[in-house]
This record gives sequence, C-alpha cells and structure tokens, in this order.
Amino acid sequence: MSQNPRNRSPRALVGGDPEATYMLRFDGRDLPAQTGQSIAAVLWSAGILAWRTTRETGAPRGAFCGIGSCYDCLVIVNGRPNQRACLVPARPGDTVTTQEGTGRADLAV
Amino acid sequence: MPTSPSDREADLVGLADLAVVGAGPAGLAAAVAAAGLGLRVTVLDAGERPGGQYYRHPAPGLGAARPEALHHDWADFASREAALRAHEAAGRITYLPFHHVWTVVQDRQRWTLHAVAGPEESAAAVHAEAVLIATGAYERQLPFPGWTLPGVVGAGGAQAMLKGGLVLPGRRVVVAGSGPLLLAVAGSLAAAGARVPAVVEAASYSGYAGQAPALLRNPGKIAEAATYGGALLRHHVRLLTRHAVTEAHGADRVEAVTVARLDRDWRPLPGTARRIPCDAVAVGHGLVPQLELATGLGCATAPAADGTAALELDARQRTSVPGIWSAGETGGIGGAQLAMTEGEIAAFAIAGVPVPAALVRRRARLRAFAAAMGAAHRPGDGWTGWLRDDTDVCRCEEVPAGCIREAVEDLGAGDARTVKLLTRAGMGWCQGRMCGPAVAALAGEASSSPGAAPDRRPLSCPVPLRHLAELPATEA
Ligand SMILES: Cc1cc2nc3c(=O)[nH]c(=O)nc-3n(C[C@H](O)[C@H](O)[C@H](O)COP(=O)(O)OP(=O)(O)OC[C@H]3O[C@@H](n4cnc5c(N)ncnc54)[C@H](O)[C@@H]3O)c2cc1C
Ligand code: FES
Repeated sequence: MSQNPRNRSPRALVGGDPEATYMLRFDGRDLPAQTGQSIAAVLWSAGILAWRTTRETGAPRGAFCGIGSCYDCLVIVNGRPNQRACLVPARPGDTVTTQEGTGRADLAV
Repeated sequence: MPTSPSDREADLVGLADLAVVGAGPAGLAAAVAAAGLGLRVTVLDAGERPGGQYYRHPAPGLGAARPEALHHDWADFASREAALRAHEAAGRITYLPFHHVWTVVQDRQRWTLHAVAGPEESAAAVHAEAVLIATGAYERQLPFPGWTLPGVVGAGGAQAMLKGGLVLPGRRVVVAGSGPLLLAVAGSLAAAGARVPAVVEAASYSGYAGQAPALLRNPGKIAEAATYGGALLRHHVRLLTRHAVTEAHGADRVEAVTVARLDRDWRPLPGTARRIPCDAVAVGHGLVPQLELATGLGCATAPAADGTAALELDARQRTSVPGIWSAGETGGIGGAQLAMTEGEIAAFAIAGVPVPAALVRRRARLRAFAAAMGAAHRPGDGWTGWLRDDTDVCRCEEVPAGCIREAVEDLGAGDARTVKLLTRAGMGWCQGRMCGPAVAALAGEASSSPGAAPDRRPLSCPVPLRHLAELPATEA
C-alpha cells in the first residue's frame, strides 16, 4: 500500500487498526491476514485473484460476485472443499488449498 | 438462544411470530420495528453481520474507526443495529447469522424455514407464524469476451469486498456496466486508493430527461449523485456514457480492456474501439431481485421497469401467498432507504397496526424514483453484439455463446428454459444467477417478455445431500 502515490488505502480510509494479524497457509505459502477478513479478502490482499480451476477447461477463477451468489470462489478449507471464500472468515491455523475441478460432488444444486 | 455451534445443530428455535429472511436494510428495519410492536422475531441471514449489501462493513477485528467513510446514512444503520442488539438481549429477537435458508415449507398453519448453518454446514430449522422475505438482490451481469479472466469482478462485488474486507482487486480498476451503483463503486475504489481510469456507462444519462418529476421529488437522491460526481472529479475519473467494455484482455489475469461506443440499442459501433490498460475490471448492469425462496413458495412476480422480474406486492407488502410478506429489493430494485421504509411498513402490517402515512408517502416517492432510474439503465437489445461464439456465457458450466445460439437457431429453443435443458447453461452451482439474463436475451426473450417469471428453483443454495435426506418426503 505504501507504493500508492497518494498514500490512500482501504485501511487508511476507515481508520483501520486490526486487532491482530497472523499468517494464513495457502498452497504451502504463508499469507498475511487480518482478523475478521474473509478468505477471499486475505487472498486479494496478497494480490492473488485465482484459487480454483474449472471442471471443463481448467481455467483459473476466484471471487467474482463477492456476496455468495456466483460460487466462482470455491476453495478447500482445512480439507473441506466447495467453501465460498467470499463468505467464510479466515481463522488462524486454517489451511487453504486451491480447488481443482469439482472438489467433491456431494452437494445438491 | 442458539448461538453456539452445538446449539445450532440442536436445530429447533421455538415458534416465532415472525421469521425474517435477510438482515439487510429491509429485514433489519422490519425485525426491529416488529419487535418494537411486540412480536417475537427470528432473523436468519446468510452473512456474518447485519447490514446486507448496502451496510456491509468491516468485521470488528479489523478495528475500523470510521466504517461510515464507506457509506451514506450510516446513522440509519447504527441505530437499528443497536435496537437489534437490545431486542436480542431482551429475548424478543433471535438473530441467526450464517444461516442460509434454502427452503420454506408450510406445515399446518405455520411455516418451517430450513437453513444450512455455519461453515460446518449443519442443518437448522425455524418455525414461524409469518415469514418476511427480505433477500435483496444480486448483480445483473452481461457477459463479454474475457469476462471470466481473474481480475474481472462484479462492481457491487468489488464494493462488497472493499466494505467487508478492506481490499481492492487491483490498483488500476476500470468500472463498467450500467446504473447508479457504478458511480458509488468508482468513488469508493478511488477513495480507497485505486486508480480508476474510467467509468464506462452503457446508458446515456439523457435517459433521465423525461423523468424530471420523479427526480425533483427526490432532492436527496440528486444530492447523493452530486456527491459521487464531486468525488469522481476530485479523483480524475472519466465518465464515458453510452460506452461499454466489449472485451477484456490478458493471459492469466486482466491486463487491458477494449471500450467501444454504443448506439442507442447498446450495439457497439464499428471503428470506435480503444484499449485501456488496467489490472482489474469491476462490472455490473444493475441488480436482479433474489427471488428463489419466494417463487419456490409460488409467490407471483411482475416485470419491473429495469427489465427484471420482481415480486408482486400489495400496499401492505403482502405477496400473493397468504402469510408470506416481502420488503426491499425483492419487490424491485430501489435502494437502501426504500428497503428500510418497506421493512417498517411490513412490520406494522404483520403486527396488525395501521401503517403511518409518512411511510406510505415515502415509499411512493422512492418507488417512482427507482422506476425512472430502472428504465434509464435497462439494457438495450444490441448488447449481444459484443459476444463472440467462443465467449462463455454460463460461467459455471462453461457454455459458450455459440452453443446457445446453435440451440436457438438450429434446434429451435425459444426460451431460457429450453436452452438450459439443451446446453446446461444455468444448471451449475449458481443456478443461473450469473447467466440468466444473458441466456434469456440470447433466446430472444428479452424484448418479447421482459422480466419473464424466473424459473422455480428447488433449492436456493447448494445443500449437503445428508440434509435433503433428512427432510420428510412431503416437504422436499
Ligand atoms: C453486491 C452489491 C453491492 C451493493 N453496493 C451498494 C452500494 O455501495 N451503494 C448502494 O447504494 N447500494 C448498493 N447495493 C444495493 C443495495 O444492496 C440495496 O439497495 C439495499 O441493500 C437493499 O436492501 P435489502 O434489505 O432489500 O437487501 P440486501 O441488502 O441485499 O440484504 C439481503 C440480505 O439477505 C440475505 N440473504 C439472501 N438470501 C438469503 C437466504 N436464502 N437465506 C438467508 N439470508 C439470505 C443476504 O445475506 C443479505 O444480508 C449493492 C447491491 C449488491 C448486490
Ligand atoms: S465470489 Fe461469488 S460466491 Fe464467492
């Protein structure tokens, strides 16, 4: 955020002062996370926009609708696939992994 | 009250006078007003905190000292949230965040709402005498080549991620689509440090010209627009009207967009394309009422001015199904103030108390404004001209436009339902929420039957199969 010419940032805008920061494990990397951010928000903060591949063509996808409607942001959290990263809060100790294809097909739609 | 995960699994939450689905401006205002009128209320919301899409705000852990910096009218929310907590403490409201209601069924004279609760996806059920559906809306998306590239995100989605998680999708963000939300989004992104090279609006604001009466009766809305306009000027954001992003370019993520001028039907004009470099695109073409719970119950819909289908509601916010009420954007897109007004009207009506005349007047004024706005930004039929045959229309099932055109032209599919059966467009995870309007337009539905009643969906969200198996056969 400091490379921003005018020194503006989402955090500066709302006067954010996170209670705690921690590292979230994602595909073997540790990403800085702030208490209260969703998994998608932690990934976006790290500049990661894609954490899933599609079933047909293996195309990369990430958060699209941001509100739980599109299911494009599906991810594996602590071994549980098909979690909507935009809704699920990240927690210290979580392990998040890229979801390839269907993950697991036990949900009815 | 069931607040711990183990209690949630225990499942039953007594019998409420009123169950409210959705804790956005409409549901929150309704719940607080109804509890104030003496009803026992249970509120279920898919999200983590009350506020819905408009009053979405950072989690407490993010320590935002000025959450109001991202909102208008923050006090309207803060006072209602305080009332919610007070009613909760007094046992008049049971507030269940992280409860995604997937179906509502009638058994005898009361309603049972089934929800998937928490990340552990446990089953929960709530019983109530009356139900208020305040599930709001999601964004209308019109596909374009490259719209599945990482970095292309919903405009409201970018706003939601910024408000809730204090994050941006990129540093240089083109905002595109249609509708007043784009100005709000561009203003917030710029205030939060993104560079916004352009807001690309497909409609021409001259669409408002014939709407002077509705505009003049809403001076607050004009002031709001002026605030956004001022913010955009300050941040050097260009507003291109009657233009659209007709393609996003990039290998693994967006690197640039093509922007073209449109004719009055939203057809891209040849020779007007130019490229704008960017690392994200925030795109949306207005909002679509989120109706699956209501239509699943058989509630009647009617076409709205913006071309979407909305619930048919009477003066007391009643749907066509006795015992089921609705407020906010489910009854047509109209903004947070209207949603709160309607939530309060519904609360009075459900409590059997006369509705204050001021609320009725405010609703009429705001609905007139919403209709004017909706008509001005309604997509023109020519937008399908920017689709290529290989452009994915259905993001979930990866169905390209060519495949849908083939179903329509060669196989005779004349409506979205038939297209869906032939191509799988709309059959995936999101159940057509993202591709529905586009598929309908390609099937030729857009101009002939605007706002056609949406398909009934069996479930409003994916549900673990084990929960379905637990439902009595008559309910499923
Ligand atoms: C992504 C997005 C961003 C927006 N950003 C802005 C903005 O910046 N400025 C602006 O003026 N307007 C914005 N809007 C419009 C604004 O949301 C509405 O004007 C206003 O919030 C409508 O209030 P509502 O109560 O009708 O619905 P909403 O605020 O949409 O609230 C609906 C609530 O219902 C919940 N819900 C939905 N389905 C279920 C279910 N099945 N079970 C349980 N809960 C459910 C949702 O989680 C949500 O909390 C945005 C809309 C969207 C979709
Ligand atoms: S981004 Fe659409 S469901 Fe998460």
